[in-house]
Amino acid sequence: MAEILVLAEHSGETVKKVTCELLTLARRFGEPAVVWTGPGAEAGRDRLAEFGAAKVYVAAGEEFDDYVVAPKAELLAALVAAGSPAAVLVASTPEGREVAARLAVKTGSGLITDAVGIGDGLVAEQSIFGGAIVVKSRVTAGTPIIAVRPNATTPEPSPGAAEIVAAGTDVSDAAKGARVTERVVQEGGERPELTEASIVVSGGRGVGNAENFALIEKLADALGAAVGASRAATDAGWYPHQFQVGQTGKMVSPQLYLAVGISGAIQHRAGMQTSKTIMVINKDAEAPIFELADFGVVGDLFSVVPQLIDEIQQRSGS
Amino acid sequence: MNIVVCVKQVPDTGSERTLKAADSTLDRESSDALINELDEYAIEEGLRLAEAHGGEVTILSMGPPKASESIRKALSMGADKAVHLVDDGLAGSDALATSEAIAAVLGRIGFDLVILGSESTDARMGVLAALLAERLGVPQLSFASKVETDGQTIKIHRQADYGYDKVEASLPAVLSVVEKINEPRYPSFKGIMAAKKKPVETLSLADAGVDPARVGLAASASEVVSFAKRPPRQAGTIVKDEGDGGGKAAEFLAAQKFI
Repeated sequence: MAEILVLAEHSGETVKKVTCELLTLARRFGEPAVVWTGPGAEAGRDRLAEFGAAKVYVAAGEEFDDYVVAPKAELLAALVAAGSPAAVLVASTPEGREVAARLAVKTGSGLITDAVGIGDGLVAEQSIFGGAIVVKSRVTAGTPIIAVRPNATTPEPSPGAAEIVAAGTDVSDAAKGARVTERVVQEGGERPELTEASIVVSGGRGVGNAENFALIEKLADALGAAVGASRAATDAGWYPHQFQVGQTGKMVSPQLYLAVGISGAIQHRAGMQTSKTIMVINKDAEAPIFELADFGVVGDLFSVVPQLIDEIQQRSGS
Repeated sequence: MNIVVCVKQVPDTGSERTLKAADSTLDRESSDALINELDEYAIEEGLRLAEAHGGEVTILSMGPPKASESIRKALSMGADKAVHLVDDGLAGSDALATSEAIAAVLGRIGFDLVILGSESTDARMGVLAALLAERLGVPQLSFASKVETDGQTIKIHRQADYGYDKVEASLPAVLSVVEKINEPRYPSFKGIMAAKKKPVETLSLADAGVDPARVGLAASASEVVSFAKRPPRQAGTIVKDEGDGGGKAAEFLAAQKFI
């Protein structure tokens, strides 16, 4: 059976959930082989085995993380040339898509980004124009390279050997053009990542100011959720820009999306329309966001949200 | 500094966008066309860098004749001149083919710094900076929220989920910027009038030295099998808060096993 290469997303030794999702998908089309860059593979191996990785190609050198994107693409290209895999799967994160793009050029392959599913014949499903249209497409040249949106697949365990195999350890000078000199971690570090989170709580114009976002954070923390914000809120400087959900921000597909004080301009809907379940809290009954709601409360968020937090805490306490 | 800003004309995100049944490519007739709003941040950054360090800002756009409207908008913001790659043979190009054509033009006109928006609001792939850097063999500085350069080296903050990475490289390089980086200027009346006289060079595939067999729909490395409108979501339950809204919301979450 041909290999399916899966580029691991990990934070040190911790394997990200999207990688387990990719392994779950990959098992349907071939033998999953993880590609791991940087240190931590030995510690992350159990998790990869749990989700069916047959092999783990490890390029442990620190320099794979010291330069922007290019070293990972170079490593994958070498593995594609050596092993002729049936496909390469990466997470459809900004960096994952960039790795996929450079790999596509290096290998003369087609590229599909932001897939929400993969069917027979490696036909990828995408949700475009803010979720209005569903497109099915496939790669017709080279090795199919597919970037899959986090949270689009339910990870299912299935044991694998996860045999560790050392892979190319040298990064070429050509891939050392853009050097990372420091990684700066900002606020929100304790919460799940926005695109990975199962639950996202977002605040918008109705939140009113930066201080009031503490209420959104409190609700998010009660649910173990990530915090998002509409463009109105990030443009106003109430919440950091990297948490913007929408047409010009992040696209999220969590199990549950709570839109609080967000009217639902097309700009915002484009980023969250594919969420599985959507709950809305807004005082304006005419707000277009209610069209997407599985459950909506028309009311003042400053009374509804504190009550909701109390109820959640009572229920989780009992 | 010789700065080239890449600009794309896209369908208005506020209008209903669709694909053409015949070839599954973007239906450009069905909605208004505008400059990709994220490109305005790239233009602004280009203008600021040119103001600080001297040099010229050239707008480069690939697209149908109508894209000249977006090019004029970019020139009215203050860019010096433009190059418009326009050829029927480009229709239906995927990101890989697009990057090949744009890289060919960049190779022809030369650059110290290429600046792009972080993505286009239609395709939303966010990969053109990576593709151009790969093809041109220059450093990739993408998703920048801050840029500093002395004309020889360039340092950026690359946006990440956890915050940002500090990244540095030597020029020439390809840069893409996120909307946090600046506040794009509005074209002034003087700028709009001046833009009408600024030079726009129109290039065909042959002019740019691009092999027609490597671009366009036929050369794309992927194909659309089918597309359909997403079925509308089923109407949900909407309740009015009468002092119990938070409780009812919690009941829904419990019934759905979220709490």
